[in-house]
Amino acid sequence: MHMADALLSPTVGGALWAGTLGAIIYSAKKLKEKMDEKMIPLMGVLGAFIFVGQMINFTIPGTGSSGHIGGGMLLAILLGPYAAFLVVASVLTIQALFFADGGLLALGANIWNLGIYPCFIGYPLIYRALVKKDKSAKRIIIASVLSVVVGLQLGAFSVILETKLSGITELPFNTFLLIMQPIHLAIGLVEGFVTAGIVNYVRNLRPDIIEDLEGVNGLSSGRSLKKLVIVMAILTVITGGAFSWFASTHPDGLEWTIEKIYGKPEIPEKKNPITENLSKFQGKTAVLPDYSFPAKEEAGKQPSWPAVDAGTSFSGLVGGIMVLVLVVIFGLGIKIIRRYKEKT
Amino acid sequence: MTFDTEYFNIGYLDSLSYKDTFVHRIDPRVKLIVTFIFILVVVSFPKYELSSLMPFFVYPVFLLTAGDVPIRAIAKKVLFISPFAIFIGIFNPLLDTKVMVTVLGIPITGGWISFFSIIVKFILTVSTALLLIAVTSFPGICEALERLKLPRIFVIQLLFLYRYLFVLLKETLRMVRARDARSFGKRGKEIKTFIRLISVLLLRTLEKAERIYQAMLSRGFRGEIRVSKRHRLKYHDIIFAIFSISIFFLFRNFDVVDYIGEILNRSFR
Repeated sequence: MHMADALLSPTVGGALWAGTLGAIIYSAKKLKEKMDEKMIPLMGVLGAFIFVGQMINFTIPGTGSSGHIGGGMLLAILLGPYAAFLVVASVLTIQALFFADGGLLALGANIWNLGIYPCFIGYPLIYRALVKKDKSAKRIIIASVLSVVVGLQLGAFSVILETKLSGITELPFNTFLLIMQPIHLAIGLVEGFVTAGIVNYVRNLRPDIIEDLEGVNGLSSGRSLKKLVIVMAILTVITGGAFSWFASTHPDGLEWTIEKIYGKPEIPEKKNPITENLSKFQGKTAVLPDYSFPAKEEAGKQPSWPAVDAGTSFSGLVGGIMVLVLVVIFGLGIKIIRRYKEKT
Repeated sequence: MTFDTEYFNIGYLDSLSYKDTFVHRIDPRVKLIVTFIFILVVVSFPKYELSSLMPFFVYPVFLLTAGDVPIRAIAKKVLFISPFAIFIGIFNPLLDTKVMVTVLGIPITGGWISFFSIIVKFILTVSTALLLIAVTSFPGICEALERLKLPRIFVIQLLFLYRYLFVLLKETLRMVRARDARSFGKRGKEIKTFIRLISVLLLRTLEKAERIYQAMLSRGFRGEIRVSKRHRLKYHDIIFAIFSISIFFLFRNFDVVDYIGEILNRSFR
């Protein structure tokens, strides 16, 4: 369920990046406060472990298809929420770069969907609460299945929201919901059982290691979580607002939802001299022309970017092919220059 | 994809990044920022925009050719298009059947246009992300992140992960091969076996972490790691940044494709 750049609008992608960055900075600060320096190599190597662990396939019972683990909750159990979140973020960063899983803009959304929910909701609110006193194998199974399922459901729901808010898919919200949530329920159940299996197995084999880890990540109580949630929410809203400053003359992204709610692309607002002047200023300074609010007096005019119509589309086709040819020639040119330089 | 090929792929991209060309020498900070702006500009196009995206191929093609990256290395991965993007996009032609344009007598619906727009955006963004790592070594990216003031512990995390990734990959490769040699078809790959396999790997990893920590202590580790800084912002870095960013905005603000098409159209008549 990796998000892809192509499915995101700059508004949604940017807002989620801001929230994710906020969470990374906050987690790093929290860790620094009273971290055992042992954690530094431990986090790095466990990150590599999750990375390779995801590459080992196993057969999913009943379906015959094969799957792999995600590992977010396992990391949270082993390292505590803050360290686990940083590890999840770094695993996803390397995957985005080397496997192109989604892309760089979508990385913010992916860290959010796969990191925030298991580390800051599933683990502290569900897993820890259930396993606090009773650490029997059965308890661990219940706790990990429940927390993984909740985390993945929230993640899948965020994917739906992000895609819909970006306004690129035609898929109706309800259909999308009906496809995504059950699939991720199944994935969550498998992942939950596997996570519990690993924790229990390791606990049986080397109980000392698990206890040792619990000592190292002792700081990971969820006390300051409220602050984190507030920081993330503020950052997300601010960036979302700043980016939708650039929102399009075409109803996309946030406007799409607003249009659904109000039946009009813009929230009906009273004439306000300040906003009017601001949008005038905005019109002059916009870097992405379609991403500016149309100034009020311009509203009647044609949008600045040519809308698709039969007249322009043919020249668009011809021009598009021509441009691609030019790009290829450009590339070949550079190659020839390179060869020439290497020879001399 | 099998484990072997994935393992090979990571190592291959890594080996590409140690070449020495003009783009390899650009400050990683500049490359990271320019690439990010490129992606933002590309995804800022509305969903029915297709032809105006074409000029943007210039940037990945530039990185590819100037960086001396074999096209096959990138194309293979990009063509293996994310099933998720396809899965989401394919509903557009089914649901949005309003005919928007007729090219040479063939009616084209809005759904197909927006579907191909997603695919083109996907190819552009994914290929640049891959090319970025192919022309910037991973330590270079980490250096850039450090200097862009991301928390140091996160950057150290990335460096550690990357360093030990190859060690663990080798170990896991052997384990997976051993499992495959002992299993027949789907037998032997059940969850139960998997849990034991990965638990053993986890224990080995934890023991490795302990040894690494001891080794670091004996080399004078005091909880502080410095990230090596080899790059300095030079003249050509700034020129590259200004030049490419202004080109992106030119392509975004002026419909170059339409202009060229219009000229061609007129000259044929």
